[in-house]
Amino acid sequence: MTSDIAAILAIDGIATGAVYALVAIGTVLIFTVTRVIFIPFGDIAAFTALTLAALDAKRFPGTGALVVILACLATLIEIISLVRTGELRLLPRALFFYLVLPLAVVGIAWLTMRADPPLAVRLVLALMLITPIAPLLDRIVFRPIADGTVLLLLTVSVALHFALVGLGLLFFGPEGVRTEPLTSFSTEFAGVLISGQTMLIVIAALVFSGLLYLFFDFTLVGKSLRATAVNRTGSRLMGIRPARAGTIAYLLGSLMAGVSGILIAPVNTVFYDSGFLIGLKAFVGAIVGGMTSYPGAAIGAVGVGILESFASFQSSALKDVIVFSLLIPILIWRSLASLHSEEEIEE
Amino acid sequence: MTEMFSMTDVTVCYDNVEAVRNVSLSVEEGQIVTVIGPNGAGKTTLLMAAIGLLASRGRLVFQGNDIGRMSVEDRVEHRLCLVPEKRELFSDMSVADNLLLGSYSLRDRSGVQKTLDEVYDRFPRLKERQRQAAGTLSGGERQMLALGRALMAKPKLLMLDEPSLGLAPLIVREIFRTIASLRDLGVSILLVEQNARAALETADYGYVLETGEIVQSGPAKDLIHDKRLITAYLGGH
Repeated sequence: MTSDIAAILAIDGIATGAVYALVAIGTVLIFTVTRVIFIPFGDIAAFTALTLAALDAKRFPGTGALVVILACLATLIEIISLVRTGELRLLPRALFFYLVLPLAVVGIAWLTMRADPPLAVRLVLALMLITPIAPLLDRIVFRPIADGTVLLLLTVSVALHFALVGLGLLFFGPEGVRTEPLTSFSTEFAGVLISGQTMLIVIAALVFSGLLYLFFDFTLVGKSLRATAVNRTGSRLMGIRPARAGTIAYLLGSLMAGVSGILIAPVNTVFYDSGFLIGLKAFVGAIVGGMTSYPGAAIGAVGVGILESFASFQSSALKDVIVFSLLIPILIWRSLASLHSEEEIEE
Repeated sequence: MTEMFSMTDVTVCYDNVEAVRNVSLSVEEGQIVTVIGPNGAGKTTLLMAAIGLLASRGRLVFQGNDIGRMSVEDRVEHRLCLVPEKRELFSDMSVADNLLLGSYSLRDRSGVQKTLDEVYDRFPRLKERQRQAAGTLSGGERQMLALGRALMAKPKLLMLDEPSLGLAPLIVREIFRTIASLRDLGVSILLVEQNARAALETADYGYVLETGEIVQSGPAKDLIHDKRLITAYLGGH
């Protein structure tokens, strides 16, 4: 391997890693706030790409129908729960958040679609359509078992992923899509050609990570999310509602996954089931950060991207084997590190 | 005096075991009421039920409202606050952020900075360490932070669970002085303590909880001279 090839592979790896980093940060966010390892984040990324492709082809995406069905289900479950607890006074609020808001989003997307909007608007529409899915799934699937063990939540999360893959096939069909590049710009740096798309991916990852950092450090809502992650009982005693914190975390996480889906769509062909590998590789990245550290997850995800890039050069068939084999030493290292932290807690 | 908070015939069960049985108590406005008793008597359980972290049977009334079916968060929004035994601080976050989060439940944010300044005046040590992570504080400072964080919510009733637990005697004295001074703010206090002498010296009224039941109650100045209590809890002298 020459240094030129190594540089190309490294740049390619950083770009792929940046996409994984967005999903990994979303995964850490959801896990720390809700204790759910949200495996379907990869699916959310893939669905965003498929949604954008449908919008590009002037078709109304299946995401709309999916959101409507999920909104109706979530509303029904919320009404039953309010009747059971005798809190019917909260009904108008529940109807607004679980039914009116998601349906309004679908309605706006449907109306805007008819006006043949430019690419920038289509990007916003794709993100708008995708963001309600995870919060609605949270209400339907995870809220009733919120006090369950992490293992139970993970098991349900895996099941949910398979359900979503099935729904993906139903709503988007079996064809793969590749959207038009967001930019045709390219530049040469130290003799290596860098495409505008690659630069956009890295810049988007940096910008969104930076915005998330500002949100966590400088807003009360951001701090309340961190507080919920650090100490659930303590945060409840401050009046912070874990369910609401969870919804905000799912919204933000979906946005991150959605952005990564949009960024990856012009580079890779995305199918209804492509999300699993994206999600799983982001998960490996998140594990490097111990599932709790955002910079750790981002660095881990970029590491996974670079490793994948070099692995696919050495042996394309074995690239996933090589990436996932990385989990074994990381888990051994992590298990040793977590033993250490348990001792600290006992002190 | 008007009644701030009352529990009537409150029973709390862990599985099928009754940890607290038919407990009735009340706190008047501006009063410091203490519940003393041995380890395992159900004191912490009582406060957990009062804030809603544990389900209970019986009647809970706060400022005339039945709060029995309210969530923890709703009770906090009504300005009923608990400083738990474990403090439950946000250890990775700074002292300033911990205090700010104490005010989370306040809809009117205009007075937050003023309250923060008041908390810093009361606990200058917290101001010195405002950028430090809560997890790096000493035991006494952690208790000060837990108290300060609760004060940020402008509580009407502040429930304190074992505020002296694990602290050096000098710090204990300081904490109890602070608790007594909260009376001036018009905050009613329900104080649960194993350190019966310090608690009764600070409180207006006291209840004695043994194996989940109230066995004795009365003005704190009377209880502190009660022969049975002196032998059982006050180290007899």
